Amino acid sequence: MRRYVLLRVVSILPTLVGVSIAVFLMVRLIPGTVVDQIIGTEGTYSEETVRSLRAFFGLDAPVHVQYGRWLWSVLHGDLGTSWRTGLPVRQMILSRLQVTAELTLGAMVVAMLVGVPLGILSARRENTALDHTVRISSLFSLSIPVFWQATMLILAGSLWLNWAPPVDFVSPLADPARNFAIMALPSLVLGTATAAVFMRMTRSSLLEVMGQDFVRTARAKGLSERSVVWGHAFKNSLIPLITVAGIQIGYLLGGAVVTEEVFTLPGVGRLLLGAVVQRDYPLVQGTILFISALFMLSNLAVDLLYASVDPRIRRG
Amino acid sequence: MDSVVAASPPAAMSRWRAGLQPTLRNRLVVFGGILVLALIVLAVFAGVIAPYDPTEMKVTDALKSPSWAHPFGTDRFGRDILSRTIYGSRIAFGVAASSIGMALVVGGLLGLIGGYFGGWPDLVIGRVMDIWFSFPTLILAIGIAAMLGPGLDNAVLAIAVVYAPLFSRVARGSVIAERAKDHVVAALGMGAGAPRVVFRHILPNIAAPLIVQASVSLAYAILTEASLSYLGLGTQPPDPSWGTMLNEGRTYLETAPWMSIFPGLAIMLAVLAFNLCGDGLRSVLDPQLRGR
Repeated sequence: MRRYVLLRVVSILPTLVGVSIAVFLMVRLIPGTVVDQIIGTEGTYSEETVRSLRAFFGLDAPVHVQYGRWLWSVLHGDLGTSWRTGLPVRQMILSRLQVTAELTLGAMVVAMLVGVPLGILSARRENTALDHTVRISSLFSLSIPVFWQATMLILAGSLWLNWAPPVDFVSPLADPARNFAIMALPSLVLGTATAAVFMRMTRSSLLEVMGQDFVRTARAKGLSERSVVWGHAFKNSLIPLITVAGIQIGYLLGGAVVTEEVFTLPGVGRLLLGAVVQRDYPLVQGTILFISALFMLSNLAVDLLYASVDPRIRRG
Repeated sequence: MDSVVAASPPAAMSRWRAGLQPTLRNRLVVFGGILVLALIVLAVFAGVIAPYDPTEMKVTDALKSPSWAHPFGTDRFGRDILSRTIYGSRIAFGVAASSIGMALVVGGLLGLIGGYFGGWPDLVIGRVMDIWFSFPTLILAIGIAAMLGPGLDNAVLAIAVVYAPLFSRVARGSVIAERAKDHVVAALGMGAGAPRVVFRHILPNIAAPLIVQASVSLAYAILTEASLSYLGLGTQPPDPSWGTMLNEGRTYLETAPWMSIFPGLAIMLAVLAFNLCGDGLRSVLDPQLRGR
């Protein structure tokens, strides 16, 4: 297992370098340069302004030197300085990370609690009215845009319950009850589509496992259907779900941007959006790099979990 | 061996014909297909079907609730929401079709090259795709749209870039499987060149998984365009994109909820239609999923 972990960690490094190059080049691919874009919005300017802006964005050196300098800073935990606020990008991201982490985790919990049981139920009642209802509901859940679902729930709350989502975020450590009131609905909205994915995966995986020889053997030994499902099939059917959970982290991190925007939550996603609107390129670059690295590390963790659950993986 | 090589394309044709019957028997595909067709008709004939000009402002009719004159109500400028929703289908389908078309061609070609030639081209393409997959989809689309600037064309490009790796992976896997088959080995043995083998013997046989992927991706492209427009990075006002309309409706949620209800319903229906088609096609074309 140790060898597998080492190999997997090493294999992620070239991709991480590739991601850093892509993020670095993203800002360099802006039509004109970053400086042209910023100056274009600010009116008249002097040569001195252009020079200082080029120096601020590190454009006063060849591209490979720029990348080297930037990567060196990133490796030392320095993601640059926000063009608009003058604050370190890392500090700005970390101050908002708690909200996004809580939202993503909450959505994942919602998805697991709703999707997995429904998937099991659907598989055990295959081709019944219940199965069809659950499957069609999952297709609907996959088709509803996060921002529309959120808007409709807010509308329903205000029309029928005289309720509006709280505006100010409160940390779960400061006031757990109030934090729950703030985060419950956004987590539910963000977790809906993932719940549908989990439901479909659990259903198809359980149906596949139920058709395998070891399940037939368990039945032939005279075990009850309950112990065949829960004792033998269920655990094995959960393995592919781990992979899907890894992929879904990416969806949730992307969806968090929209969810935070609708519910005005001060998370990393909204920080990114604000940076995009204000053309704060260092902040856009830093935030995208941070979110992607987070996604990659989450996937690495999922892969390692997968290997620890399924010995066939680590034995190659 | 001649007969094997010659039989390949007709065999692919008959496989298509054989696949069509179960496809049409699948109620989900038929329902999704009808829905897609209806929405395409709406998009193509928007000029005839829509009762008003979607950008025509009539401030005296601002924020009117649904009525016979305006079945979906009006927005803050007095524009007819029904007409804007109908025209919105043009943008949604236009963006989805062009971006997924680009992704299919570029990604599919890269997958073909990687899968067929193997070696270093496969390694390089595979690594680049790995890097692309390391970005959460919407984050990458936001990043590209942010760098290129908001607008419809840039949204199309952003969505194409985001979804190209999916087609590359699907094409690569299918090509590797197909390349080992007898009819391809026979064609190579007969001295057929790479372009002939790829386009005549491999491509027709790997079209099915690419079509399924395209159908599912169209649904996600509509969602991504709507998300980008909702966030102000896609279609710009006064063009009637469903996402932009929802964004405009946010401020008037309590006073004019119809501004938010109908464009959202339209997105859901369009995405559902493609999801139904993709789901049904997948279950028809993948024997392992048949009946699941």
